[in-house]
Amino acid sequence: MEVIGSDTEFQGSVLVVGGGIAGMQAAMDAANAGFFVHLVERSPAIGGIMARLDKTFPTNDCSM
Amino acid sequence: MDTEKCIACGLCAEKCPKKVTDLFNEGLIKRKAIYVPYAQAVPLKYAIDPESCIYLQKGKCGACEKLCPSGAINFKDRESVIEREVGSVILAPGFRSYDPSGLDFYAYDRSADVVTAPEFERMLSAGGPTAGHLLKPSGRAQGIEPEKIAWIQCVGSRDQNRCGHEYCSAVCCMFAVKQAVIAREHSRRPLDCAIFFMDLRTQGKDFDRYVDRAKKDGVRFVRARVHSIEPTGSEDGLRLRYALEDGSLAEEAFDVVVLSTGLEIDPGAKTLADRLTVDLDADGFVKASPLSPVCTSVPGIYACGAFTGPKDIPHSVMEASAAASAATEKIAAARHTRTRAVQRPEQIDVRQENPRIGVFVCNCGINIGGVVRVPEVVRFAETLPSVVYVEENLFTCSQDTQDKIVDIIREKRLNRVVVAACTPRTHESLFQETMAGAGLNKYLFEMANIRNHDSWVHANDPDAATKKAKDLVRMAVVKAALLRPLDEDQLPLTRTALVVGGGIAGMTAALCLAEQGYPVDLVERSDRLGGHGRRLLETGAGEPMAPFVEGLAERVVNHPDIRVHLESSVTAVEGFVGNFNTTVTSADGAAAIEHGVAVLATGAAESRPAEYLYGEHPAVVTSLELDDLIAGESGKVSAASDVLFVQCVGSRDDERPYCSKVCCTHSIQSALKIKRRNPEANVFVLYRDIRTYGQRETLYNQARKSGVHFFRYSLANKPNVSANGKKVRVEFIDPLLDRRFFVDADLLCLASAIVPRRNEELAQMFKVPTDADGWLLEAHQKLRPVDAATDGVFLCGMAHYPKPVDESIAQAKAAAARAATYLSMEAISVGGIVSVIDERDCTGCGACVAVCPYSAITMDQSRKTAVVNPALCKGCGACAAACPSETPKLMGFTHAQLYAQIKGALAA
Repeated sequence: MEVIGSDTEFQGSVLVVGGGIAGMQAAMDAANAGFFVHLVERSPAIGGIMARLDKTFPTNDCSM
Repeated sequence: MDTEKCIACGLCAEKCPKKVTDLFNEGLIKRKAIYVPYAQAVPLKYAIDPESCIYLQKGKCGACEKLCPSGAINFKDRESVIEREVGSVILAPGFRSYDPSGLDFYAYDRSADVVTAPEFERMLSAGGPTAGHLLKPSGRAQGIEPEKIAWIQCVGSRDQNRCGHEYCSAVCCMFAVKQAVIAREHSRRPLDCAIFFMDLRTQGKDFDRYVDRAKKDGVRFVRARVHSIEPTGSEDGLRLRYALEDGSLAEEAFDVVVLSTGLEIDPGAKTLADRLTVDLDADGFVKASPLSPVCTSVPGIYACGAFTGPKDIPHSVMEASAAASAATEKIAAARHTRTRAVQRPEQIDVRQENPRIGVFVCNCGINIGGVVRVPEVVRFAETLPSVVYVEENLFTCSQDTQDKIVDIIREKRLNRVVVAACTPRTHESLFQETMAGAGLNKYLFEMANIRNHDSWVHANDPDAATKKAKDLVRMAVVKAALLRPLDEDQLPLTRTALVVGGGIAGMTAALCLAEQGYPVDLVERSDRLGGHGRRLLETGAGEPMAPFVEGLAERVVNHPDIRVHLESSVTAVEGFVGNFNTTVTSADGAAAIEHGVAVLATGAAESRPAEYLYGEHPAVVTSLELDDLIAGESGKVSAASDVLFVQCVGSRDDERPYCSKVCCTHSIQSALKIKRRNPEANVFVLYRDIRTYGQRETLYNQARKSGVHFFRYSLANKPNVSANGKKVRVEFIDPLLDRRFFVDADLLCLASAIVPRRNEELAQMFKVPTDADGWLLEAHQKLRPVDAATDGVFLCGMAHYPKPVDESIAQAKAAAARAATYLSMEAISVGGIVSVIDERDCTGCGACVAVCPYSAITMDQSRKTAVVNPALCKGCGACAAACPSETPKLMGFTHAQLYAQIKGALAA
């Protein structure tokens, strides 16, 4: 597989589409590993569907 | 909306005349056309819904623009196109809940009391339309509480007939059980909860235990497909009609019915995939091989979460980390080229200064200000010793307030800051960043929680709440006066990894880390790599396993950055994240390996059944033994005219209350192979619940179509096996006909339980606890599914819980991604809030050593004093509480500081 784009100047960044629990986790892991992340979310706030859950199994943690 | 300027005061929404349906609350209530989706939204900024805004639609109104105190509203703002060049792309657009409006027999459109699972979730939520008070939707105004609630499973899933979704949505069974349990907790009266289901698919870690608890608590589980829901129009509410397993018809009335609606892909996500030429499958999910679970058909574009198939939160989080790993592998050489270091001013030395405390009191919109009389608290704070500045903020956490705090720290020469607002758990780090930005040591900060501990719990008593707020502020101020700057040391780290276990998970993790540029030592106990992967025939999607495992092993062995240690095991572990020192022992002797992180991928084992004539009769084999027979082209398989599978052999019973997760799919795949080889063969599967979750459901349907017979049995009525010459006679009861049958089987395949390896020693060496069943325990079951509680140690594969190959690979990639976040750090930060023991005051009694849950304290035997390793200390304070002479000093929470705080609490 080839790297998209050949100019090394812009290879150190990742675009993440979607700011739900998966998108946020992917963005955090990529950023914490030294890559600049652009996170794109359709709605005005990140959090996705998980933010709408009341509590989650098994810890009864509030999903917020 | 200019989000830089918006201070989220809420004036705009208060005055906005336009009410629209609140989609965050599943349309159960209204919101305004200018809104924040929910109280804790990130970013906490108002947004205008352009479809509903009167000004944007008709050019009139504009009330919000006139009212906004910070000039954040700009109606002339236009959509703009932003172009960015990136190294790779990760797609995580998620799913939407199936809309049951089309299923007229469920009366979703005709009755307010028929709701979807996401709607019910909002009805339970403290942040929802009824503030968590469980009410019948049709009787909300009158405050009528439901007494009977039914859940109907598989609405929009496992149904090719009406909704067109053949797949199982994988999450709804557990979702319904959780909702039933929580609903009963919310209800003030005994609440009758019944779940109507086909197969109970609670295959995840600890899920079956939760179900058992729900059953004991009185949640009813009814195995029936509900035919119709009829609103009666009377007090009877909703009448459910359904057929029981024996074919008899039944009816029951409920107040509320929850439709457990399945997951489906949003058309917007499909459009996005089309635009990127990413292939989707017939169900609309990303077409991905189980052997490369986060890769799409387009190189450089990766996908995770529900977009690659229905899945729950921990699996989504795992895949997300896996996608981060895959997406950064090829661009690893460009690490740190686009990131920016945070610039901070040099720290001001305040140690010789008298305390000058600034207090910022937050209104939190109306969250605090609506109950606590904040101006009164401000006036009170001004009278406290060492306080030189006090102000109130609408939102102390907003970005503009942070800038203001920096200015005030400089202007008033503050050297301590107290924020009276919400909880340090979520906001302390934000304010500490602000402190650092103003040149103050971040530990010169203290928070008073006047929201969660005060305005929320005393919402009906403003006088008492205001009084308590003053007490909390006084406590914080007296403690702040005693705060001292704390140092953090930066330790160098070894940028290498140790992977324990050379199966598919271990090899995958090792390869991912090596591709990220970090050298790996891979330790495998046996004499070759591959583990159980070598015995599996194919993936759930039918791809052959052997070439994959062979190729993976070859890449691992030939990788210049991976050192493979065969016939070796870990015998000692010392150190901590960034600086582990592990002893690996083989026949050749012991070798010391220094590494920064560790990945535990020690796998699991197939149990040897102790029943059904296993080991006594040659016709009785386990799943893996049958695989061996099939792969060996044994005549035994082709010649068999009657083959029978028994599921859950040793799983989901009293001894092992967990589901082994892979056996239903495994048996069905084997059954299909036998049918393909010999279509005349009679193949039977005796099961308790068929758990072909997600898109594996297709295999179940294929098996039924190709004539595989499925019979359900229960734990109380297990099949009976006896020898009958070369065959075995299996007797069982068919619950549909309520009759006893027997089959004389040439081959009896037992889907035997998967059991954890006995690796307590290894787990103890890395300080990773195991759960009640013996699986390695993750740091958080939902949000940190691959991290161990010990920093720098990660888990993946079957050592964590039984799982199919695709999930093992995803988890292994995830472990590599999480490990890379440590390995790419400049240094490991230690210190700050840790315990310090002055050896002059230590009597060497060892009380602190015994209570430390992180093994951070050791006894220096020569000096007879306790020594704290700051890299292992988590600052819990157990040692400080246990010591009879108060010798361990927990920095930031010293005895002097806490005593002052207690005195402050009692000063009123």
